[in-house]
Amino acid sequence: MIEVRNLVKNFGPFTAVKGVSFKVEKGEVLGFLGPNGAGKTTTMRMIVGFLPPTSGTAVICGHDVVEQPVEAKRMFGYLPENAPVYDSMLVANFLSFIAEIRGFKGAEKKERVESAIRKCHLESVRYQSIGTLSKGYRQRVCFAQAILHDPPVLIMDEPTDGLDPNQKHVVRMMIKQMAAQKSIIISTHILEEMDAVCTRAIIISNGSIVFNGTPDELRSRSPSGRLDEVFRELTLGKEEKVNA
Amino acid sequence: MPRVRNVFVVLKRELMSYFESPVAYVFMVFFLLLIGFLTFSVSRLYERNMADLQPFFFWYPWVFLILVPAATMGLWAEERDTGTIELLLTMPITLAEALLGKFLASWLFMAIAIALTFPVVVTVAILGDPDMGAVIGGYVGTLMLAGACAAIGMLTSSMTRSQVISYVISFTICLVLLLAGWEPITGFFSKWAPAWLVDTVAAFSFIPHFEALRRGVVDLRDIAYYTSIIVFMLFATHIVVENRKSA
Repeated sequence: MIEVRNLVKNFGPFTAVKGVSFKVEKGEVLGFLGPNGAGKTTTMRMIVGFLPPTSGTAVICGHDVVEQPVEAKRMFGYLPENAPVYDSMLVANFLSFIAEIRGFKGAEKKERVESAIRKCHLESVRYQSIGTLSKGYRQRVCFAQAILHDPPVLIMDEPTDGLDPNQKHVVRMMIKQMAAQKSIIISTHILEEMDAVCTRAIIISNGSIVFNGTPDELRSRSPSGRLDEVFRELTLGKEEKVNA
Repeated sequence: MPRVRNVFVVLKRELMSYFESPVAYVFMVFFLLLIGFLTFSVSRLYERNMADLQPFFFWYPWVFLILVPAATMGLWAEERDTGTIELLLTMPITLAEALLGKFLASWLFMAIAIALTFPVVVTVAILGDPDMGAVIGGYVGTLMLAGACAAIGMLTSSMTRSQVISYVISFTICLVLLLAGWEPITGFFSKWAPAWLVDTVAAFSFIPHFEALRRGVVDLRDIAYYTSIIVFMLFATHIVVENRKSA
Protein backbone atom coordinates (compact mmCIF):
# COMPACT_ATOMS: atom_id res chain seq x y z
CA MET A 1 0.00 0.00 0.00
CA ILE A 2 2.84 2.40 0.84
CA GLU A 3 6.21 1.99 -0.71
CA VAL A 4 8.96 4.43 0.12
CA ARG A 5 11.85 4.24 -2.32
CA ASN A 6 15.23 5.61 -1.37
CA LEU A 7 14.09 9.06 -0.24
CA VAL A 8 16.83 11.67 0.04
CA LYS A 9 16.45 15.27 1.12
CA ASN A 10 19.14 17.92 1.11
CA PHE A 11 18.72 21.35 2.64
CA GLY A 12 21.64 23.17 1.10
CA PRO A 13 24.78 21.28 2.10
CA PHE A 14 22.95 19.46 4.91
CA THR A 15 21.46 16.03 4.15
CA ALA A 16 18.43 15.60 6.40
CA VAL A 17 17.28 12.24 5.02
CA LYS A 18 19.83 9.82 3.58
CA GLY A 19 18.10 7.20 1.46
CA VAL A 20 15.13 5.89 3.43
CA SER A 21 13.22 2.90 1.99
CA PHE A 22 10.45 0.76 3.48
CA LYS A 23 7.05 -0.77 2.76
CA VAL A 24 3.84 -0.78 4.74
CA GLU A 25 1.14 -3.38 3.97
CA LYS A 26 -2.57 -3.33 4.76
CA GLY A 27 -3.27 -4.02 8.44
CA GLU A 28 0.13 -2.79 9.54
CA VAL A 29 0.69 0.09 11.94
CA LEU A 30 4.20 1.32 11.44
CA GLY A 31 5.81 3.28 14.26
CA PHE A 32 8.30 5.75 12.87
CA LEU A 33 10.68 6.50 15.72
CA GLY A 34 13.70 8.61 16.27
CA PRO A 35 15.08 11.38 18.41
CA ASN A 36 14.03 14.95 17.66
CA GLY A 37 15.73 16.19 14.51
CA ALA A 38 16.39 12.70 13.13
CA GLY A 39 14.43 13.39 9.93
CA LYS A 40 11.02 11.91 10.82
CA THR A 41 8.97 14.95 9.87
CA THR A 42 11.00 15.62 6.74
CA THR A 43 10.51 12.02 5.60
CA MET A 44 6.76 12.19 6.25
CA ARG A 45 6.48 15.50 4.44
CA MET A 46 8.10 13.91 1.40
CA ILE A 47 5.79 10.88 1.56
CA VAL A 48 2.71 13.11 1.54
CA GLY A 49 4.07 15.24 -1.30
CA PHE A 50 4.46 18.44 0.71
CA LEU A 51 8.23 18.62 0.32
CA PRO A 52 9.75 17.59 -3.01
CA PRO A 53 12.41 14.90 -2.42
CA THR A 54 15.95 15.58 -3.66
CA SER A 55 15.81 12.03 -5.03
CA GLY A 56 13.69 8.93 -4.58
CA THR A 57 9.92 8.80 -4.27
CA ALA A 58 6.98 7.27 -2.42
CA VAL A 59 4.23 5.21 -4.03
CA ILE A 60 0.85 5.21 -2.31
CA CYS A 61 -1.69 2.65 -3.53
CA GLY A 62 0.03 2.55 -6.90
CA HIS A 63 0.31 6.33 -7.32
CA ASP A 64 3.72 7.94 -7.37
CA VAL A 65 3.59 11.01 -5.16
CA VAL A 66 6.10 12.89 -7.33
CA GLU A 67 4.58 11.94 -10.70
CA GLN A 68 0.86 11.88 -9.82
CA PRO A 69 0.56 14.01 -6.69
CA VAL A 70 -3.20 14.65 -6.89
CA GLU A 71 -4.09 10.95 -7.33
CA ALA A 72 -1.71 9.94 -4.54
CA LYS A 73 -3.14 12.58 -2.19
CA ARG A 74 -6.64 11.14 -2.60
CA MET A 75 -5.39 7.86 -1.11
CA PHE A 76 -4.25 9.06 2.28
CA GLY A 77 -5.34 11.09 5.27
CA TYR A 78 -2.61 13.17 6.85
CA LEU A 79 -2.29 14.58 10.33
CA PRO A 80 0.60 17.07 10.22
CA GLU A 81 2.80 17.84 13.21
CA ASN A 82 1.05 20.06 15.82
CA ALA A 83 -2.33 19.39 14.13
CA PRO A 84 -2.74 22.66 12.20
CA VAL A 85 -6.36 23.73 11.65
CA TYR A 86 -8.01 27.01 10.60
CA ASP A 87 -8.62 28.82 13.89
CA SER A 88 -11.28 31.21 12.60
CA MET A 89 -13.57 28.45 11.31
CA LEU A 90 -16.30 26.55 13.10
CA VAL A 91 -15.61 22.82 13.52
CA ALA A 92 -18.54 21.84 11.28
CA ASN A 93 -17.58 24.38 8.58
CA PHE A 94 -13.98 23.24 8.61
CA LEU A 95 -14.92 19.59 8.13
CA SER A 96 -17.40 20.58 5.46
CA PHE A 97 -14.60 22.42 3.63
CA ILE A 98 -12.40 19.32 3.83
CA ALA A 99 -15.26 17.17 2.49
CA GLU A 100 -15.73 19.56 -0.44
CA ILE A 101 -12.06 19.77 -1.29
CA ARG A 102 -12.01 15.96 -1.24
CA GLY A 103 -14.77 15.98 -3.83
CA PHE A 104 -17.90 15.09 -1.82
CA LYS A 105 -21.20 16.82 -2.58
CA GLY A 106 -24.72 17.08 -1.24
CA ALA A 107 -26.03 14.26 0.96
CA GLU A 108 -22.77 12.32 0.88
CA LYS A 109 -20.84 15.36 2.04
CA LYS A 110 -23.18 15.76 5.01
CA GLU A 111 -22.90 12.11 5.86
CA ARG A 112 -19.09 12.17 5.73
CA VAL A 113 -18.93 15.20 8.01
CA GLU A 114 -21.42 13.64 10.45
CA SER A 115 -19.57 10.36 10.59
CA ALA A 116 -16.21 12.09 11.16
CA ILE A 117 -17.75 14.15 13.96
CA ARG A 118 -19.19 10.98 15.51
CA LYS A 119 -16.01 8.93 15.24
CA CYS A 120 -13.89 11.66 16.83
CA HIS A 121 -16.47 12.57 19.51
CA LEU A 122 -16.80 16.18 18.41
CA GLU A 123 -20.59 16.52 18.79
CA SER A 124 -20.36 18.93 21.71
CA VAL A 125 -18.06 21.39 19.91
CA ARG A 126 -19.37 21.22 16.34
CA TYR A 127 -20.56 24.86 16.32
CA GLN A 128 -17.58 26.17 18.23
CA SER A 129 -14.83 28.19 16.61
CA ILE A 130 -11.68 26.05 16.39
CA GLY A 131 -9.53 28.80 17.91
CA THR A 132 -11.40 28.44 21.21
CA LEU A 133 -10.82 24.68 21.55
CA SER A 134 -8.40 22.94 23.89
CA LYS A 135 -5.36 21.15 22.49
CA GLY A 136 -7.05 17.75 22.75
CA TYR A 137 -10.07 18.87 20.75
CA ARG A 138 -7.94 20.59 18.13
CA GLN A 139 -6.01 17.35 17.71
CA ARG A 140 -9.27 15.46 17.26
CA VAL A 141 -10.56 17.99 14.72
CA CYS A 142 -7.41 17.50 12.71
CA PHE A 143 -7.75 13.74 13.15
CA ALA A 144 -11.34 13.99 11.90
CA GLN A 145 -10.18 15.75 8.71
CA ALA A 146 -7.65 12.96 8.11
CA ILE A 147 -10.20 10.12 8.30
CA LEU A 148 -13.16 11.95 6.74
CA HIS A 149 -12.79 10.28 3.34
CA ASP A 150 -12.06 6.86 4.90
CA PRO A 151 -8.66 6.63 3.19
CA PRO A 152 -6.81 3.33 2.79
CA VAL A 153 -3.65 5.00 4.12
CA LEU A 154 -3.22 7.14 7.24
CA ILE A 155 -0.08 9.13 7.94
CA MET A 156 0.22 10.84 11.30
CA ASP A 157 3.06 12.98 12.60
CA GLU A 158 3.16 12.78 16.41
CA PRO A 159 -0.60 12.37 16.84
CA THR A 160 -0.50 12.32 20.64
CA ASP A 161 2.08 15.04 21.21
CA GLY A 162 0.99 17.46 23.93
CA LEU A 163 -2.09 15.48 24.96
CA ASP A 164 -2.87 14.38 28.49
CA PRO A 165 -2.90 10.63 29.30
CA ASN A 166 -6.68 10.32 28.83
CA GLN A 167 -6.60 12.05 25.47
CA LYS A 168 -3.65 9.92 24.40
CA HIS A 169 -5.67 6.86 25.27
CA VAL A 170 -8.62 8.05 23.14
CA VAL A 171 -6.41 8.71 20.11
CA ARG A 172 -4.69 5.32 20.47
CA MET A 173 -8.03 3.55 20.70
CA MET A 174 -9.18 5.29 17.50
CA ILE A 175 -6.00 4.22 15.72
CA LYS A 176 -6.36 0.62 16.90
CA GLN A 177 -9.98 0.45 15.76
CA MET A 178 -8.99 1.44 12.22
CA ALA A 179 -5.78 -0.57 12.04
CA ALA A 180 -7.15 -3.74 10.43
CA GLN A 181 -8.46 -2.10 7.25
CA LYS A 182 -5.70 0.44 6.69
CA SER A 183 -1.99 1.00 6.37
CA ILE A 184 -0.92 3.43 9.03
CA ILE A 185 2.32 5.30 9.67
CA ILE A 186 2.72 7.06 13.00
CA SER A 187 5.76 9.07 13.87
CA THR A 188 6.59 9.48 17.52
CA HIS A 189 9.46 9.85 19.91
CA ILE A 190 7.50 8.17 22.70
CA LEU A 191 8.51 4.51 23.07
CA GLU A 192 5.47 3.39 25.08
CA GLU A 193 3.30 4.68 22.24
CA MET A 194 5.04 2.51 19.70
CA ASP A 195 4.66 -0.43 22.08
CA ALA A 196 0.95 0.32 22.58
CA VAL A 197 -0.27 0.60 18.98
CA CYS A 198 2.36 -0.45 16.45
CA THR A 199 2.85 -3.80 14.75
CA ARG A 200 6.23 -2.76 13.41
CA ALA A 201 8.83 -0.15 14.23
CA ILE A 202 11.39 1.72 12.21
CA ILE A 203 14.00 3.74 14.04
CA ILE A 204 15.66 6.57 12.18
CA SER A 205 18.75 8.39 13.32
CA ASN A 206 20.62 11.17 11.54
CA GLY A 207 18.54 10.57 8.43
CA SER A 208 19.13 6.81 8.09
CA ILE A 209 17.15 3.75 9.18
CA VAL A 210 18.95 1.97 12.03
CA PHE A 211 16.24 -0.57 12.92
CA ASN A 212 13.28 -2.15 11.09
CA GLY A 213 11.33 -4.90 12.91
CA THR A 214 8.61 -5.70 15.43
CA PRO A 215 8.50 -4.10 18.89
CA ASP A 216 9.35 -7.51 20.40
CA GLU A 217 12.43 -7.86 18.22
CA LEU A 218 13.47 -4.42 19.34
CA ARG A 219 13.00 -5.36 22.98
CA SER A 220 14.98 -8.59 22.59
CA ARG A 221 18.01 -6.58 21.60
CA SER A 222 18.47 -5.38 25.14
CA PRO A 223 19.55 -7.78 27.86
CA SER A 224 17.23 -6.04 30.31
CA GLY A 225 14.32 -5.95 27.85
CA ARG A 226 14.04 -2.19 28.18
CA LEU A 227 13.09 -0.26 25.07
CA ASP A 228 14.71 2.99 26.09
CA GLU A 229 18.11 1.30 26.42
CA VAL A 230 17.92 -0.13 22.90
CA PHE A 231 16.74 3.20 21.61
CA ARG A 232 19.72 4.98 23.15
CA GLU A 233 22.07 2.32 21.88
CA LEU A 234 20.78 2.73 18.31
CA THR A 235 20.45 6.49 18.06
CA LEU A 236 23.35 7.97 20.03
CA GLY A 237 26.86 8.45 18.68
CA LYS A 238 29.86 7.04 20.57
CA GLU A 239 30.83 10.26 22.36
CA GLU A 240 27.25 11.07 23.23
CA LYS A 241 26.87 7.66 24.86
CA VAL A 242 29.77 8.40 27.17
CA ASN A 243 28.20 11.69 28.21
CA ALA A 244 24.63 10.41 28.42
CA MET B 1 -5.57 22.96 -16.20
CA PRO B 2 -6.99 24.12 -12.87
CA ARG B 3 -10.38 22.56 -12.16
CA VAL B 4 -13.02 25.20 -11.51
CA ARG B 5 -14.59 23.19 -8.69
CA ASN B 6 -11.39 23.05 -6.66
CA VAL B 7 -10.70 26.74 -7.22
CA PHE B 8 -14.23 27.49 -6.08
CA VAL B 9 -13.91 25.42 -2.88
CA VAL B 10 -10.73 27.29 -1.89
CA LEU B 11 -12.30 30.62 -2.85
CA LYS B 12 -15.35 29.91 -0.69
CA ARG B 13 -13.26 29.06 2.35
CA GLU B 14 -11.06 32.14 1.98
CA LEU B 15 -14.06 34.41 1.58
CA MET B 16 -15.75 32.78 4.56
CA SER B 17 -12.66 33.32 6.68
CA TYR B 18 -12.85 37.07 5.92
CA PHE B 19 -16.41 37.20 7.15
CA GLU B 20 -16.01 34.78 10.06
CA SER B 21 -13.57 37.16 11.72
CA PRO B 22 -14.01 40.88 12.37
CA VAL B 23 -11.50 41.60 9.56
CA ALA B 24 -14.16 41.95 6.86
CA TYR B 25 -16.33 44.35 8.82
CA VAL B 26 -13.51 46.55 10.06
CA PHE B 27 -12.10 46.63 6.53
CA MET B 28 -15.40 47.53 4.83
CA VAL B 29 -16.34 50.20 7.36
CA PHE B 30 -12.97 51.93 7.16
CA PHE B 31 -12.83 51.61 3.39
CA LEU B 32 -16.24 53.28 3.02
CA LEU B 33 -15.47 55.95 5.64
CA LEU B 34 -12.18 56.79 4.00
CA ILE B 35 -13.52 56.92 0.45
CA GLY B 36 -16.53 58.95 1.63
CA PHE B 37 -14.44 61.40 3.61
CA LEU B 38 -11.98 61.95 0.76
CA THR B 39 -14.73 62.34 -1.84
CA PHE B 40 -17.06 64.64 0.08
CA SER B 41 -14.83 66.53 2.52
CA VAL B 42 -11.49 66.74 0.76
CA SER B 43 -12.58 66.86 -2.90
CA ARG B 44 -15.86 68.63 -2.09
CA LEU B 45 -18.03 66.63 -4.47
CA TYR B 46 -21.16 68.71 -3.74
CA GLU B 47 -19.50 72.11 -3.97
CA ARG B 48 -18.10 71.34 -7.44
CA ASN B 49 -21.61 71.50 -8.88
CA MET B 50 -20.74 68.90 -11.48
CA ALA B 51 -22.55 65.60 -11.84
CA ASP B 52 -19.53 63.38 -12.33
CA LEU B 53 -17.48 61.01 -10.20
CA GLN B 54 -13.99 62.21 -11.08
CA PRO B 55 -13.17 63.23 -7.49
CA PHE B 56 -14.57 59.93 -6.22
CA PHE B 57 -12.48 57.69 -8.46
CA PHE B 58 -9.42 59.92 -8.03
CA TRP B 59 -8.90 58.63 -4.48
CA TYR B 60 -9.11 54.90 -5.11
CA PRO B 61 -5.41 54.27 -5.84
CA TRP B 62 -4.46 55.91 -2.53
CA VAL B 63 -7.11 54.15 -0.52
CA PHE B 64 -6.12 50.81 -2.08
CA LEU B 65 -2.51 51.54 -1.29
CA ILE B 66 -3.38 51.56 2.41
CA LEU B 67 -6.06 48.88 2.54
CA VAL B 68 -5.43 46.18 -0.08
CA PRO B 69 -2.11 45.02 1.46
CA ALA B 70 -4.06 44.59 4.71
CA ALA B 71 -6.67 42.41 3.01
CA THR B 72 -4.09 40.18 1.34
CA MET B 73 -1.31 40.00 3.94
CA GLY B 74 -2.79 36.90 5.55
CA LEU B 75 -3.39 34.86 2.39
CA TRP B 76 -0.21 32.80 2.64
CA ALA B 77 1.66 34.28 5.61
CA GLU B 78 -1.02 33.10 8.02
CA GLU B 79 -1.09 29.61 6.49
CA ARG B 80 2.67 29.43 6.91
CA ASP B 81 2.61 30.78 10.43
CA THR B 82 -0.07 28.40 11.71
CA GLY B 83 1.11 25.44 9.64
CA THR B 84 -2.20 25.02 7.80
CA ILE B 85 -0.27 25.38 4.52
CA GLU B 86 0.79 21.77 5.11
CA LEU B 87 -2.85 20.74 5.36
CA LEU B 88 -3.95 22.72 2.30
CA LEU B 89 -1.15 21.54 0.04
CA THR B 90 -1.57 17.86 0.93
CA MET B 91 -5.21 17.96 -0.18
CA PRO B 92 -5.90 16.48 -3.63
CA ILE B 93 -5.68 19.84 -5.43
CA THR B 94 -2.87 21.51 -7.32
CA LEU B 95 -0.98 24.56 -6.08
CA ALA B 96 -2.35 26.53 -9.05
CA GLU B 97 -5.91 25.80 -7.90
CA ALA B 98 -5.13 26.83 -4.33
CA LEU B 99 -3.55 30.12 -5.30
CA LEU B 100 -6.17 30.99 -7.90
CA GLY B 101 -8.86 30.39 -5.27
CA LYS B 102 -7.07 32.59 -2.79
CA PHE B 103 -6.44 35.38 -5.27
CA LEU B 104 -10.02 35.38 -6.57
CA ALA B 105 -11.34 35.40 -2.99
CA SER B 106 -9.35 38.52 -2.11
CA TRP B 107 -10.35 40.16 -5.39
CA LEU B 108 -14.00 39.32 -4.85
CA PHE B 109 -13.76 40.65 -1.32
CA MET B 110 -12.46 43.96 -2.71
CA ALA B 111 -15.22 43.91 -5.33
CA ILE B 112 -17.85 43.58 -2.60
CA ALA B 113 -16.34 46.58 -0.79
CA ILE B 114 -16.27 48.57 -4.04
CA ALA B 115 -19.87 47.62 -4.83
CA LEU B 116 -20.93 49.03 -1.46
CA THR B 117 -20.00 52.52 -2.67
CA PHE B 118 -23.12 52.49 -4.89
CA PRO B 119 -24.89 55.23 -2.85
CA VAL B 120 -22.33 57.71 -4.22
CA VAL B 121 -23.39 56.85 -7.77
CA VAL B 122 -27.07 57.01 -6.83
CA THR B 123 -26.55 60.42 -5.19
CA VAL B 124 -24.89 61.88 -8.26
CA ALA B 125 -27.52 60.33 -10.55
CA ILE B 126 -30.32 61.94 -8.53
CA LEU B 127 -28.66 65.35 -8.40
CA GLY B 128 -27.69 65.49 -12.04
CA ASP B 129 -27.07 63.55 -15.18
CA PRO B 130 -23.63 61.90 -14.94
CA ASP B 131 -21.91 60.32 -17.94
CA MET B 132 -22.61 56.64 -17.23
CA GLY B 133 -19.79 55.59 -19.57
CA ALA B 134 -17.35 57.36 -17.29
CA VAL B 135 -18.92 55.78 -14.23
CA ILE B 136 -18.66 52.28 -15.70
CA GLY B 137 -15.11 52.97 -16.93
CA GLY B 138 -14.24 54.25 -13.47
CA TYR B 139 -15.52 51.11 -11.82
CA VAL B 140 -13.77 48.84 -14.36
CA GLY B 141 -10.52 50.71 -13.69
CA THR B 142 -11.05 50.49 -9.94
CA LEU B 143 -11.69 46.77 -10.13
CA MET B 144 -8.60 46.13 -12.28
CA LEU B 145 -6.50 48.27 -9.95
CA ALA B 146 -7.80 46.31 -6.95
CA GLY B 147 -6.91 43.05 -8.72
CA ALA B 148 -3.37 44.23 -9.46
CA CYS B 149 -2.85 45.39 -5.86
CA ALA B 150 -4.30 42.14 -4.52
CA ALA B 151 -2.00 40.06 -6.74
CA ILE B 152 1.02 42.03 -5.49
CA GLY B 153 -0.20 41.57 -1.92
CA MET B 154 -0.57 37.84 -2.43
CA LEU B 155 2.98 37.57 -3.75
CA THR B 156 4.47 39.37 -0.76
CA SER B 157 2.28 37.29 1.56
CA SER B 158 3.75 34.13 0.07
CA MET B 159 7.30 35.27 0.77
CA THR B 160 7.08 35.47 4.55
CA ARG B 161 5.34 34.09 7.60
CA SER B 162 5.01 37.59 9.04
CA GLN B 163 1.91 39.49 8.01
CA VAL B 164 3.53 42.80 8.99
CA ILE B 165 6.45 42.21 6.63
CA SER B 166 4.00 41.27 3.89
CA TYR B 167 2.07 44.50 4.46
CA VAL B 168 5.16 46.70 4.40
CA ILE B 169 6.61 45.15 1.23
CA SER B 170 3.38 45.22 -0.76
CA PHE B 171 2.67 48.77 0.42
CA THR B 172 6.09 49.80 -0.87
CA ILE B 173 5.70 48.03 -4.23
CA CYS B 174 2.26 49.57 -4.76
CA LEU B 175 3.58 52.99 -3.73
CA VAL B 176 6.43 52.78 -6.25
CA LEU B 177 4.01 51.70 -8.99
CA LEU B 178 1.67 54.58 -8.10
CA LEU B 179 4.31 57.28 -7.87
CA ALA B 180 6.20 56.28 -11.03
CA GLY B 181 3.48 57.88 -13.12
CA TRP B 182 2.31 60.60 -10.79
CA GLU B 183 2.57 64.08 -12.26
CA PRO B 184 4.73 65.72 -9.56
CA ILE B 185 7.20 62.84 -9.80
CA THR B 186 7.32 62.59 -13.60
CA GLY B 187 7.52 66.41 -13.72
CA PHE B 188 10.52 66.34 -11.40
CA PHE B 189 12.32 63.72 -13.47
CA SER B 190 11.45 65.23 -16.85
CA LYS B 191 13.54 68.28 -15.95
CA TRP B 192 16.74 66.31 -16.39
CA ALA B 193 16.01 62.75 -17.59
CA PRO B 194 15.41 62.04 -21.29
CA ALA B 195 11.74 61.94 -22.20
CA TRP B 196 11.78 58.29 -23.35
CA LEU B 197 13.09 57.20 -19.95
CA VAL B 198 10.43 59.14 -18.07
CA ASP B 199 7.76 57.70 -20.36
CA THR B 200 9.01 54.13 -20.01
CA VAL B 201 9.03 54.29 -16.23
CA ALA B 202 5.66 56.04 -16.21
CA ALA B 203 4.23 53.33 -18.49
CA PHE B 204 4.77 50.81 -15.68
CA SER B 205 2.78 52.94 -13.29
CA PHE B 206 -0.78 52.30 -12.19
CA ILE B 207 -1.80 55.93 -12.59
CA PRO B 208 -1.77 56.63 -16.36
CA HIS B 209 -3.63 53.36 -17.00
CA PHE B 210 -6.13 54.25 -14.32
CA GLU B 211 -6.60 57.83 -15.51
CA ALA B 212 -7.86 56.81 -18.95
CA LEU B 213 -10.37 54.35 -17.48
CA ARG B 214 -11.47 56.96 -14.98
CA ARG B 215 -12.39 59.28 -17.85
CA GLY B 216 -14.51 56.52 -19.35
CA VAL B 217 -12.05 55.43 -22.02
CA VAL B 218 -11.97 51.63 -21.75
CA ASP B 219 -8.82 50.92 -23.73
CA LEU B 220 -7.86 47.26 -24.13
CA ARG B 221 -4.23 48.21 -23.57
CA ASP B 222 -5.01 49.44 -20.07
CA ILE B 223 -6.97 46.27 -19.31
CA ALA B 224 -4.07 44.23 -20.73
CA TYR B 225 -1.65 46.14 -18.50
CA TYR B 226 -3.52 45.23 -15.33
CA THR B 227 -4.12 41.68 -16.52
CA SER B 228 -0.44 41.16 -17.21
CA ILE B 229 0.49 42.47 -13.75
CA ILE B 230 -1.98 40.01 -12.20
CA VAL B 231 -0.77 37.06 -14.29
CA PHE B 232 2.87 37.87 -13.58
CA MET B 233 2.24 38.09 -9.83
CA LEU B 234 0.31 34.79 -9.82
CA PHE B 235 3.15 33.01 -11.59
CA ALA B 236 5.67 34.54 -9.19
CA THR B 237 3.56 33.42 -6.22
CA HIS B 238 3.44 29.89 -7.63
CA ILE B 239 7.23 29.80 -7.84
CA VAL B 240 7.70 31.25 -4.35
CA VAL B 241 5.27 28.85 -2.65
CA GLU B 242 6.63 25.85 -4.55
CA ASN B 243 10.18 26.63 -3.45
CA ARG B 244 9.58 27.77 0.10
CA LYS B 245 6.88 25.48 1.39
CA SER B 246 8.49 24.61 4.66
CA ALA B 247 10.35 27.86 5.26
